[in-house]
Amino acid sequence: MNRHTFSRGLVPLSIASVVLLVGGFAMVFLYAPSDADQGFVQKIFYLHVPLAIVALVGFVAGGVYGIRFLRSGDRLHDLRSYVAIHISLILAVGALVTGSIWAKASWGQWWVWEEPTLVSFLIVFLLYACYQPLRFSIEDPDRQARYAAVFAVVGGAFVPLNFMAVRAAESLIHPRVLSTTGGTMPGSMRITFVVALAGMAVMFVTLCKYELTSKHASFQLRALKRRLAGEDDGWVPVRRSAAPQL
Amino acid sequence: MSAGAPVPTRAVVAALIRKDLRLELRTRESVPAMLLFSISTFVLFHFGLDARSLEGDMAAGVLWVTLLFASVLAINRLFVAEREEGGFDGFLLAPVDRTALFLAKATVLFCFLVAVELAAVPAFAVLLLEPSALPGLPELCLLLLLADAGIAVVGTLVGALAVQTRARDLIVPLLALPLMIPVVIAAARGTAPLWLEAGAEAVPGRWPAILGLYDLVFGLLAYAVFDYLLDE
Amino acid sequence: MPPAEAGTAAGPAVTGEPAAEPAVELRGLSRAYGERVALAGVTLTLPRGATLAVFGANGAGKTTLLRILATLLSPHAGTARVLGRELPRDGWAVRGRIGLLAHDPLLYRELTGRENLAFHARLHGVAPARVEALLEAVGMTRRADEPVRTLSRGMTQRVAICRAVLHEPELLLLDEPLANLDPGAAGAVEPLIGASSGAARVVISHDVEHGLGGADLVLGLRGGRQALLAPAAEVDVATLRELYA
Repeated sequence: MNRHTFSRGLVPLSIASVVLLVGGFAMVFLYAPSDADQGFVQKIFYLHVPLAIVALVGFVAGGVYGIRFLRSGDRLHDLRSYVAIHISLILAVGALVTGSIWAKASWGQWWVWEEPTLVSFLIVFLLYACYQPLRFSIEDPDRQARYAAVFAVVGGAFVPLNFMAVRAAESLIHPRVLSTTGGTMPGSMRITFVVALAGMAVMFVTLCKYELTSKHASFQLRALKRRLAGEDDGWVPVRRSAAPQL
Repeated sequence: MSAGAPVPTRAVVAALIRKDLRLELRTRESVPAMLLFSISTFVLFHFGLDARSLEGDMAAGVLWVTLLFASVLAINRLFVAEREEGGFDGFLLAPVDRTALFLAKATVLFCFLVAVELAAVPAFAVLLLEPSALPGLPELCLLLLLADAGIAVVGTLVGALAVQTRARDLIVPLLALPLMIPVVIAAARGTAPLWLEAGAEAVPGRWPAILGLYDLVFGLLAYAVFDYLLDE
Repeated sequence: MPPAEAGTAAGPAVTGEPAAEPAVELRGLSRAYGERVALAGVTLTLPRGATLAVFGANGAGKTTLLRILATLLSPHAGTARVLGRELPRDGWAVRGRIGLLAHDPLLYRELTGRENLAFHARLHGVAPARVEALLEAVGMTRRADEPVRTLSRGMTQRVAICRAVLHEPELLLLDEPLANLDPGAAGAVEPLIGASSGAARVVISHDVEHGLGGADLVLGLRGGRQALLAPAAEVDVATLRELYA
């Protein structure tokens, strides 16, 4: 296996994500205007919404890789699926936390149950929080990969459906930042938002690549160790884990 | 008799359903438990909510959440016989399309849900609704059937997934409940107008539509993906 | 499809060539469980109608081999051809021609013997009359309407044997077929699963003498690897006992 497969492009991507994120945050504080209603606190939107969007896209991407794994049996896709979901979960926690802060600052409550976007995001998060425990509960690595892929595919289909259902039971508290009718974002805000979103997306890809590279390297290391130890000499017992074994 | 030619799926599904229904009649494991759970919950709500009767959103919410939890009981047991008595192997050895198992189990789960609702919904009406209630029976039945289909599809998938893991009883609710929340939302919001104190209103068309879409999407998805749960 | 296969399986072809493909043909068959090797490099050919006896200590890979042949597991490396079809690609085509008798009787404990067999008959497209004929052959007609959980292990084994041969398989995969059977029952099932059944057989047995007696070919496994492969006539009991050492 080409050992440069994952690490290729890592450096440019890291630089790009740093540039975009730093640039984006600079724009947030220096360029974008303050919101008329909410004031300074509204600026957390530039962090919260990109986190949420990238996390959701990441979950769906995990599902796509799940499909590819099921069809090809190539463990690499399972690894990509795992990493995508893993990192999206972290971003989702960030989105929930920033969303909560924003809610507290804007509406005085740490959580607003009537708000569909928050609630449906929470549901998706709770579902995916079970991904790793599910993987861990299956010992056979083949089966673990397959079942995790099935879960990822179902979850990926669930994300849009869930948002649709919850939105249909709507409330109007959550500022509809991206809807065409309600969005009264001036151009400067829009540009800042796009930069922040791009930065978050690139950072996500970079983090995924880092984790993929690191896991791939440790697998190769273990494979080498095994070969050095001689195949016949019993086997190196692998600690049971939720992460895919290549 | 042909030498091991594949058997038509319809016949296989029928055989599986017969077998499961016969097992349920004999062991009485799922439906009585679901029924008992549902009715006890309604009784508890009756006393706990300290309200003479419920209406609208509240009533719909109580009914659907209870049905959802009851379905988890059935899902837990859906594949247990297969797992413990070699049913998977027995089925996998047959020259049949493996998706037949999914179709059969989903149908069985659907039947269980309908059976429970035949008793639980009237009980609910007696315990928690105004005496004038249960108007709009056709709409209610439509919503019940659509929602049951969604629960059956997702429940079968989660049941099959969970039965082969080590923490089955934990994983089923953790996976099934979030996945079925759109069903609860759509079904509850759809049922609510039927039980308003002021008089039943029409059910907004979007709720059956969402249920239908959910059933379709997850039905197709589960059909496509189920095979992979059985492979080794 | 079936008629063509039946033609080749029936006997020497018109041209006089060796008729059918072997019942089992393995080349370098391997299967791992995670990083642990369950089977590695198993290579053998078993002609139609012949019996392969498999010996080995616990964990040597016997059950894995059987399950691969039964199409329940897929090979991780090497090739496996069963009844002329390659696994796992064509597993669906041969499934109905293989009979498996494993540790687990594969019977629902709350259903009766008759109901279990009727169910499996429907799964395999077998006529119901066959169920009755088999129950009578193993002497279970009287107890066939009691739930399987009330039957003794010997009786359960007899019903399981019926299940395994219900669809008249050309290849029998047997894991300790005579376990729990008294001599009378063992004699009754002999025409169904024994050498006289006419099917190719792969038999796992811990009874070294008896297993050797009924075999044409012997395979010894140790740690998943092929420790011994020879015609039964050339193998003696002492060599086999070393496998278990």
